[in-house]
Amino acid sequence: MDTTLASASVIAAGLAIGLAAIGPGIGQGTASGQAVAGIARQPEAEGKIRSTLLLTLAFMESLTIYGLVIALVLLFANPFA
Amino acid sequence: MINYLSDPTLVPLAALEVGKHWYWEIGNLKVHGQVLFVSWFVIGVIVTASVAASRQVQLVPSGMQNFMEFVLEFLRDLAKGQLGEKEYRPWLPFVGTLFLFIFVSNWSGALLPWKLIEIPAGELAAPTNDINTTVSLALLTSLAYFYAGISKKGLGYFAGYVQPMPIFLPIKILEDFTKPLSLSFRLFGNILADELVVAVLVFLVPLFVPLPLMALGLFTSAIQALVFATLAAAYIHEALESHEEEH
Repeated sequence: MDTTLASASVIAAGLAIGLAAIGPGIGQGTASGQAVAGIARQPEAEGKIRSTLLLTLAFMESLTIYGLVIALVLLFANPFA
Repeated sequence: MINYLSDPTLVPLAALEVGKHWYWEIGNLKVHGQVLFVSWFVIGVIVTASVAASRQVQLVPSGMQNFMEFVLEFLRDLAKGQLGEKEYRPWLPFVGTLFLFIFVSNWSGALLPWKLIEIPAGELAAPTNDINTTVSLALLTSLAYFYAGISKKGLGYFAGYVQPMPIFLPIKILEDFTKPLSLSFRLFGNILADELVVAVLVFLVPLFVPLPLMALGLFTSAIQALVFATLAAAYIHEALESHEEEH
């Protein structure tokens, strides 16, 4: 694999995962904050709030994972190499 | 001395490789043998557990029967929560199987010492770390929700693409592609990323440091199994519901 392609892939992989982590990170933080506020307001609802929180965290996580998959493809299964 | 240490034939240190598969030729096709092998193991585990639990069923359960009843109740609540009381029962086996297969494959990939079994190429790991497995599970889910919609509403299912307004048509068509795509990539990415992270850490610091990440991996892989099954049930519910009867 020639050097330009290799360096471009490496930079792209780094950007892919780095940028992909920003949005979901903010989203998960907001969701968790609201969940904690909900538990504080109504401690009996903790079970439901926690399971809903975990489910929604997984959805947001998947957006970062999409970026990670692109990074992995670029590094380990590069279609141009 | 550096030359001595960096010669892999003299000092066997850890190595990391990605994308090596044990190819089996079946007719004209090449399949990933290591994925099939572990998948059969997972199927064997689930079938054995189910058979062991249903021999000599007792009114007051104990042991394996008790455990599997707990699992069944969990799956039933999962399906009921998404599909509703009236329609969940025919879909319980499908949703339950999805959850069990994904959960047992993720955890067996993470917990069992597969490295002890040597195979000619690549290594044994969770079958869900292969995009082919996750894509096939996602396509099965797509097939399931299409079947659900069409068997309930006939070709009127496609009338739902322009509801509530015709402007939704391109979005709904796009959804038919993004649903299986996101399902497969979510599961594949999570499992492969966890395996890679653990592999890299073991490569760097083999003792104790990988452990917290392995525990995190167990947790997130269980959640991913739950998310896959929940989303499958939610898509089926979405295909079954009609907008006249609001719940």
